[in-house]
Amino acid sequence: MTRFLRQTWTIAAKDLRTELRNKEALSAALSFTLVVILLFSFAFDPVSNVEVRELSGGLLWIAYIFAGILLLNRSFARESANDCLDALVASPLSGGALFLGKAVSSCLLLLVLEMASLPLFGVFYSVNWTQNFGTLLLVLVLGSWGFTVIGTLFSAVTANNRLRELMLPLLVFPMTLPALIACVQLTTVILTGDPLGDSVAWLKLLFGFDVIFTLLGAVLLESVLLA
Amino acid sequence: MSASAISLRGIWKFFGEYPAVRDASLDIPAGGIVALLGRNGAGKTTILRMIAGLLRPSRGEVLIDGSPAGQQRHAASIGMVGHGQWLYDDLTARENLHFFARLYDLSSSSEKIDQWLEEVGLWTFRDARVHQFSRGMRQRLTIARALLHAPPILLLDEPWTSLDDRAMDLLSVLLLRARSENRTVVVSSHQLRETLQIAGHLAVIDRGRLIFDGPNRDEFREAPHNFYQRIT
Repeated sequence: MTRFLRQTWTIAAKDLRTELRNKEALSAALSFTLVVILLFSFAFDPVSNVEVRELSGGLLWIAYIFAGILLLNRSFARESANDCLDALVASPLSGGALFLGKAVSSCLLLLVLEMASLPLFGVFYSVNWTQNFGTLLLVLVLGSWGFTVIGTLFSAVTANNRLRELMLPLLVFPMTLPALIACVQLTTVILTGDPLGDSVAWLKLLFGFDVIFTLLGAVLLESVLLA
Repeated sequence: MSASAISLRGIWKFFGEYPAVRDASLDIPAGGIVALLGRNGAGKTTILRMIAGLLRPSRGEVLIDGSPAGQQRHAASIGMVGHGQWLYDDLTARENLHFFARLYDLSSSSEKIDQWLEEVGLWTFRDARVHQFSRGMRQRLTIARALLHAPPILLLDEPWTSLDDRAMDLLSVLLLRARSENRTVVVSSHQLRETLQIAGHLAVIDRGRLIFDGPNRDEFREAPHNFYQRIT
């Protein structure tokens, strides 16, 4: 188990280090998120129209999943330079550790992006996002993890595909739909200041989704890479 | 239990309809240098990739120490220099070796890494990122990466590519040392002169078929330019 976790962290640390050095995906994804948040705020004017604030959860997650796709496109594409994916497949690294390492690094980058954009979102949508920050953070972590585990698996599937930038969202969005619906519902409830109440069921769904697809991805990745 | 380190048993590999390797059978004994020779597109790289577990044969089987290739327990016993160099451009030379040392669970890796950087002449450039390296420097780092975990089996695909005279000599020394340490080396190359100098056994592939399998001879070493005419 220790070896598995060490391998997982080795992959995640390598990916984070290379991304923080060249900032290829992170800068594009962050710019995209900020532009989307800014443009939607002008389109809907949430300050004068209180009902629009109820859409804010959906708007936020639209920005996050499109930005997340930009991050996930690089996840396995990063390994295609110098055939580094071959090095990983030929090494004693387990498929599960490779999958989790990639998912951890992508999820951390997505969370950084989310944390960086929340203050701007609060300003433009007149939303007090700090009022239930603990619950909001839980939803962001569970939602981002669910999105990145699916995205990581399909990033491996499309890694050697010339049309991977097009293929990845087409494969990921339908698969993550249950998790995204849960995220939008929960985020809207949290941002409007309502109690969670029946929405706890969405939280359970999100948790179950994460567990199932994390296990599935860890088991399937090796077969995907050797297919 | 097979006495061979590597056995190919009637392997075929199809890419779509095209058979890149056709019914190849070869036994590679432990502790020798075997040269896999052939023209461009003969199927040498495909065979090496199947031995490394990077490709599965369409038919037949590849055995490593008597068990099917591609199992995780074989991964630590194989070091490979492939066409792509398997290096991360945004990491430094030392960081690249550290990364692979962690993947292979090497103990006291820092000392080994420093030794290898010294050995391949990259100590001065240890903290430079790989994207700043020339092709030859990358190839030297690739060789260090492949040998870092002291694998009993070495698979080298065109290892002399882009190396200058000094680096070619260094590689020959490393391969002869590997032989003296009883490692099994399979080297595929177009560079007949260098390959014939060090190989003890030859396997020649032509359009996916194994057309020659036998010991290296002095007459080949003395006249490498006539090699293909002599064996066909």
